[in-house]
Order: sequence, then structure tokens, then C-alpha cells
Amino acid sequence: MSGTFVGMPAFPKAAREAVHDTTLRGNLRHATHTIRAKRAKAVAEVSDWAALREAGKRIKDHTLRHLDRYLVQLEEAVTAAGGTVHWAADADEANRIVADLVKATGESEVVKVKSMATQEIGLNEALEAEGIHAYETDLAELIVQLGKDRPSHILVPAIHRNRGEIRDIFAREMGEWGRPAPEGLTDTPAELAEAARLHLREKFLRAKVGISGANFMVAETGTLVVVESEGNGRMCLTLPETLISVVGIEKIVPTWQDLEVFLQTLPRSSTAERMNPYTSMWTGPTDSETADGPQDFHLVLLDNGRTDTLADEVGRQALRCIRCSACLNVCPVYERAGGHAYGSVYPGPIGAILSPQLRGTASEIDASLPYASSLCGACYEVCPVAIDIPEVLVHLRERVVQGGQVTERGNKVVLKPAKGHAAERAAMRAARWAFSRPGALRTGQRLASRTRRFHPRTLPGPGRAWSGSRELPAVPAEPFRDWWQRTNGGKGEGK
Amino acid sequence: MRVALFLTCVNDTLYPDTGRAVVKLLTRLGVDVDFPMGQTCCGQAHYNTGYRHEAEPLARKFSDVFREYEAIVTPSGSCGAMVRELYPRMGERARAEGRGDTLARTLAPVVPKTYELTEFLVDVLGVTDVGAFYPHTVTYHPTCHGLRGLGLGDRPRRLLEAVKGLELRELPGADECCGFGGTFALKNSDVSAAMGKDKVRNAESTGAEVLCAADNSCLMHLGGTMARLRTGMRPVHIAEILASTEEEPLG
Amino acid sequence: MSSRDAILGRVRRALADVRQDGTPPVPEGPGRDSWYDQVVRRDYLREHGDRSVGQTVDLLAENLADYRAIVHRCTDDELSDTLMRLLAERGSGTVLVPPGLPPYWLKAVDATRVHDRARSTPHELDRVDSVVTGCAVAVAETGTIVLDGSPDQGRRRITLVPDHHICVVRVPDQVVSSVPRALERLDPSRPLTWISGPSATSDIELDRVEGVHGPRTLEVVLVG
Repeated sequence: MSGTFVGMPAFPKAAREAVHDTTLRGNLRHATHTIRAKRAKAVAEVSDWAALREAGKRIKDHTLRHLDRYLVQLEEAVTAAGGTVHWAADADEANRIVADLVKATGESEVVKVKSMATQEIGLNEALEAEGIHAYETDLAELIVQLGKDRPSHILVPAIHRNRGEIRDIFAREMGEWGRPAPEGLTDTPAELAEAARLHLREKFLRAKVGISGANFMVAETGTLVVVESEGNGRMCLTLPETLISVVGIEKIVPTWQDLEVFLQTLPRSSTAERMNPYTSMWTGPTDSETADGPQDFHLVLLDNGRTDTLADEVGRQALRCIRCSACLNVCPVYERAGGHAYGSVYPGPIGAILSPQLRGTASEIDASLPYASSLCGACYEVCPVAIDIPEVLVHLRERVVQGGQVTERGNKVVLKPAKGHAAERAAMRAARWAFSRPGALRTGQRLASRTRRFHPRTLPGPGRAWSGSRELPAVPAEPFRDWWQRTNGGKGEGK
Repeated sequence: MRVALFLTCVNDTLYPDTGRAVVKLLTRLGVDVDFPMGQTCCGQAHYNTGYRHEAEPLARKFSDVFREYEAIVTPSGSCGAMVRELYPRMGERARAEGRGDTLARTLAPVVPKTYELTEFLVDVLGVTDVGAFYPHTVTYHPTCHGLRGLGLGDRPRRLLEAVKGLELRELPGADECCGFGGTFALKNSDVSAAMGKDKVRNAESTGAEVLCAADNSCLMHLGGTMARLRTGMRPVHIAEILASTEEEPLG
Repeated sequence: MSSRDAILGRVRRALADVRQDGTPPVPEGPGRDSWYDQVVRRDYLREHGDRSVGQTVDLLAENLADYRAIVHRCTDDELSDTLMRLLAERGSGTVLVPPGLPPYWLKAVDATRVHDRARSTPHELDRVDSVVTGCAVAVAETGTIVLDGSPDQGRRRITLVPDHHICVVRVPDQVVSSVPRALERLDPSRPLTWISGPSATSDIELDRVEGVHGPRTLEVVLVG
């Protein structure tokens, strides 16, 4: 993935800083609570939500199960429609393909539709290294790009910024990139949107190359679908002469009809709307007489860890994800830790299961992500394709502490248990030993009860993780099992 | 009906009052309760932390201890969910790992007859008014594994609403996690503490004297937070409220 | 080995476990598998609720307005005057005209007609005040109009660059209840644009604001 995140600290450390940043906490709380209530309302409007969710899950599972077949079918359909299909095994290859395609046009700038796949591969940085400027055109991506910041949310990458901060970034930075922000720009959202409109319009109107991702690719027709709100997507998809779409291989749906499920579930889960303002669908370039939109269309199919994820029986369900971000918005951990703590373009619950699968669990941050959850299950409940995120989190915890067989770049390898879990592993083993022997458990309980007067109120060392913010529970005079035996199950109570 | 109390290791060790309350309540309702002395731990902490293989012997032991009973009742939403939801999954995983059906077959008998306490009261015994008396203001926190795992729905509420003297106050943001999450409370203590604090503030805003839940693990975390913040509220397990009577007040 | 073969090979190896469970392989080649619908089991509704044709049109109007489209209703005879009035109220001096717009729609309009040509640049389109088009289908449940590039709608760019879009929907013929019904009517080989209200964003504090890059004013005329 993007080099931006190399060397990120483990989640707990990054989260600690976020928890104590009151502005960030306020911004996240406000934004996530606003959208939560709206999503619930938008979903409640649809009486067959459960059936739509189930159908979405089945479509995606079926597609993944026959992914090779549908990839080939898609390639044939896109090619037949006049597009060119490229295959990229990893980020470097995808970046090279895109850079070469842009260079072939002779252009040195491109406009981009917000796309998770191109964020994931660090395309902007790779293009910059080749002397090509990539302009992000989604409002939130623009805020991130102008602010030299990192995205912190799948749908709203600048969710960590409030309107005042956005105003300051626009006023300070827009002039560096093109048309400056209007004089006396205030922080009302309408004015900020207007500033973005004016700033980006000149770029849209002169752009010769557009780069996008896609929300869906229809195998039977070769149609690509981009779901958006602002119209920046339409600008990038229709005004340039060349369009390059970089799309993860898991974004396929088999049939045109399948869109009827996702066009109902995605907007409601994502922006909590009945329908997003704009959805574009195109099947190759139009004929040259019509000349509607780019006449040169390239599709780059991206693996970059997806086939490795597909090889895992439990973890592969993460590939059903349609990037709606409902799980982020409902997650109490995300709300407090913020997106940056996840050290990936995929934050929140879905990021905690995607990043360690796409990138492996070797780095400190990736090994810590499966633990970035209280397993409360709210993410699973709202997921429109029913990804059991808690199940995958626990499965990846196993991978971290126990090791085992995984697939890396197409090869099966056996992982060793991660370092840094030795003490925990010993404790778990000891606890299992004691719990396998009620006598041993009882001895421990009695020891705790007998020494209870000497128990400290706070704990030293690792115990501070508990007692730094919470009192310890008092140990009772006797464990329940002693009372049960002493009183014959309460029948001899008081005697 | 031979009913076994699966108290859980946490309750056995730290919250014997909850165990005594369950025994008192079920006895009052005419249920013959047994506490099998061989019971220890369901393995939830092991499983959820990534030590599934360490959890397996504990699950087998659980099955050995409880399989002969007609019903297994536990005053813990999360341990109940462990048996009902995750024991079958452990069986499936063992099968997928090429270890055959043995584990799945061993665990299968206990899965359908394990009930969280409020489920047992409402669904099996068919009561919502358990004849309790509890003259206090109470707010109820539906714990995650009870709410989303077991789908307890409004059962705890209905039981609390039928308690004489009890005034139930609506908890804002009730369905949000309290931040306990087992080893999460230690591994991500800052986020956990922040979640706990927000939950306690919400509870405090109701003006209730008591924060009630059906799981002492969450209450240990919230009670510890309330004590540190000196809120004056106290955490009480729902079993203790339901067992309380005018003659023998509890909680 | 090409990356294509490498990726397809990885996919096949990754699925070794499910390939052994006895499910018949999907037939190779184009076309739809006959058993696909059995696998997906489309238990969801084709449309929500039971409405008369008139109620469906009312719902369309309501949902369009809910997302800040401005809705007008008139008869076919009144259409030309209505369009004249809307353009005049906005003070539009120029109006983009798709090649196949029925001429009588604009017969009362004074604004200068600008015709979209293959060589028209985006900058030229940017100087036009308004655009008037028809549509392919409108979806009542979501308040959506869909354009498919037919002659009365033109190229996608003409409904994008001008700041004011008037879209004429023939009711009830062009109105369907739901997203599934709309997809049934649409041809995937055409470039399609689904429009639900004017351009908007939720990128500032996850709250919706209308008006970013697309037309900031969307007027929908329901004719029938």
C-alpha cells in the first residue's frame, strides 16, 4: 500500500493521542452521530432491507467464488465495447501502467475522481515522481490534498476537519495550486463548496486525462459504475479525452440486474440518502460520431493482496465490501480513535480486517489492527453485505498470536506467532490450565479472598491499563462455589 | 426440570452476590437449580483474544459438565453468546482444519439449551412479572453481546418494568458499547476508558441511582469508572434487582 | 508469465477449498447462467408499496423536491410557455439544445439556442446559461431522473457544465416506481447518468450541502 503509512505506530499508541485531542473528538463525534441517525432513517424507509442485504451478500459471495470466470467475462465485455484492459498484480505495477498511459497522451496533469484503489496504491505520489500532477477533485480529497494531510475516512476523507479548519486550509493553500479562495471566505459549508467549485472548474475544463476507480463493474455487459455526489466524478468521467479506471478485482458483479440491489443499499448506507445525486454508468467509449465522453478508455484491474485475502476461508468475506463506510460511522472505537490511528487508507472496522489481509500482519500497526475493536458487533449489524467483521477480527487475532498458514503474493507460507505476545500467551495457557481444573481455580479464588485486605487500589506496570481510569473490583469474602457448598445451595443459608 | 446455573468464572470469583440472586430468584419461581461444581470458564476470553486452541479444552469441559441438564442458565450475555454463537463456530473451524466432527459433536448438545437469564425467564418460564420489589430509579444498559449477539430485545426491559417500586429511566445512546470488550479494556485502555466515561456520563444524565445490566463484566468496567469519577451511581446486575423483594431487599 | 495469468492463477488456487465442495462450475463464456437467480434468491421487492399511477407520479415529485430539485407540472400544451417562463425567471440569455429536442418545446423561448457540436469545448459550454433536455426514465421512490444520451438528451457534458438544468419528464409514461424497474428499462450499452437533485456534498461534517460542481439548480417539469 501507499508508502505514506510505513512505520506507523501500533493502533493503541496512535489512538491514545487521538483520544486526548478534544477538537478531533468533537469533530468525529459530531459527524458520526449526524450520519448515524440519518442512516437508520434511510434504511428504515425500505421494508425489504434484510432481503436486499442478503441478496447483496449472495451476489458478492457467488462472484468471489467464481472470480476467475467473471474477470475473464468482464475483460471480454470491456474489450468488445472498445476499452483496453490491463492487469496489475501489485501497486507498483498498477502505478507503472497508469503513468505510462498518461505519458503516452503527452499530458503532465490529470484530474481524479475519489477512488480508494488509487489511494491504496499511492498513485498520486507515483505520478508525481514521473512529473505528472494529479489533482484530487472530490471536496474532501481536495481538503486532504491542500492540507498535505492523510485521509481518515472512506467516504469523507477529511471527516477529522471541521468547517473552520477547512476554511483556513482553503484560504491558505488554494492559491498555491491554482485559483485562490475568494476574499473573505467564511466557514459556511455553502461558501466552502462554492470555493471548491471555482477552484476546480478551470482544471476540469482543460483536463485531457481523467483517472477514476469504480464502485461496480458488470461482467456481462462490461459496464463500469461510479456513484458520487458533487459532479466532480461526472466532470472527470466525461470531459477528458482519456479515461483510466483503476479498480480492485473484487468490484465485479455478474449481471446488470445485480445493480438493482447495490444502488438501493449503497447510498442509504453511505450518505444516508435514498439516492446519491449522481451515478455514472459507461460501457466502453461511445462511437466517434456521438463522441460522448472520453474516446480512449483503459481499465486497470488491481490485485494488490486481494487474491491473498481470497485464499483465506474466514477472511475472504472482507472482499464483499462495497466501501460504504457505515461501519466506520457506527463504530465507537473509530469515533474516539479517528481514522489516522488505523495507519491505512482503510480505517475503521473494515480497515481493521482489510489492511492486515491486504498487507499482511508483519508490521506493528497491522498486527495491532485486529485488536482495535471491542467486538461490540455494531459494524456487522449495519453492513449492507453482512460482513461479520467481529468474526474476521477474532480470526486475524488468531493469526497474530498463533501464526499459521497464510497466502502472500500467491504463495502459501507459514507464519510464526507474532513477537510481543509471549507473556500473554503464557498467561492464556496458565489460565486454561487452571480453568481445566476446578480445584486449581478454587485455590486461586480462596487465595484472592484471604488476601483481599492487602489488595492495592491501583496496579503497577501493565495493570495500570486497567487502574489508570477505573477502580478495581473488590474481591468478595468467599467465592460463590464456597457459599454454595457451605450452605448446600442456599438451603442452609443463615444456619 | 433440571436446570444448571452456569455462573461464569468472573461471577464465581468476584460477584457471588449475583450468583446467590439467581439461585434465590429461580428457586422463588419454582425452579430446581443446581450448580455443577466442575464448571470453570467457557473460554470466551481465550477465544476472543485469538487463542482458539486454548479455548477448545475449556469448551469440551463445559460440555462435559453441563450436557446432562435440560437447561443451562447464565447471568451473562457474553458468556451465553460464547456458547450459543461461538461454540458452533469452533466446531466448524476444527472441521475446516481437517480435524473431523469430534469437537462439533461434543459441543452440539449444550448449544441449544444454554439461556441467558432474562431469556430463560421470559421464553422458558414465560414470566415477566417475577414478583420483585425494588424501590429505586434505574437505567438499563443493554450489553452488546446480549443486544446484538443473543438478540435479547426488550426482554430485560419488560422484566424491569414489571418490578414494583422501580422507576426505569431511558439511557441515552443505550445501544453503544461501554468499552469493556474483554482484553480490549487492557490492550486499548485509552479508547476503552473514553468509551466507559461517555457511557457513565450518559447514565448520570438520567439521574438514576442504579445502572443495571445483564453482564457483570461490563458492570465491572462501568462500576470502576463510576467509582473513579465519584458519580454516586452504583452498578447492579439485573438478577439482583429481580431477586429483590420487600422482605429481602437486594442490590 | 503475464500478470493476467498470474492473477487468474492466484484466484484459482485461492478457491481450491470451494472448488472441492461439489458445486458445479459456472459455464465459461458469455451469457447468463440459468441457475444464477437461484443462487442469489432475489427475495427483495421489485417495488415498495402499492400505488396508483397518479400516486407514483406524486411520489416522484415529492422525492425530487425533498432533494432540492424544483418541480413543475404542466400539460403538453403548456410546456413551451412553462419553459419560456423558467428560463426568463432565471434571466438565461442562452440555452443549450440537444440535437433531438422536440422543436415545439422551445417555440416560445426567446433565449439564444446553442447547439452542442462534437467540437464544442468545455469552455464554450461553460458560457451557456441553461440546458433543456428530456430524460429516459424517472424513478419515483428515489426521486431520480436518468439520462441515456438519446437525441433529446444529448451528450453527458451538456447537462453537467451549465449551472442550470431543466429536465422534462413525460408522465406517467416515463415514470417507474423503483430502482429495479428503472434498470429493466435501461440499455447498458448507452452512457447513463442518474441524477437525484442538484449537485451536493456531505464532505463538510457529514452534513448535506447542495451545489458543488454539477448544475446547482435542477428544475424538473412533469408533463402530462
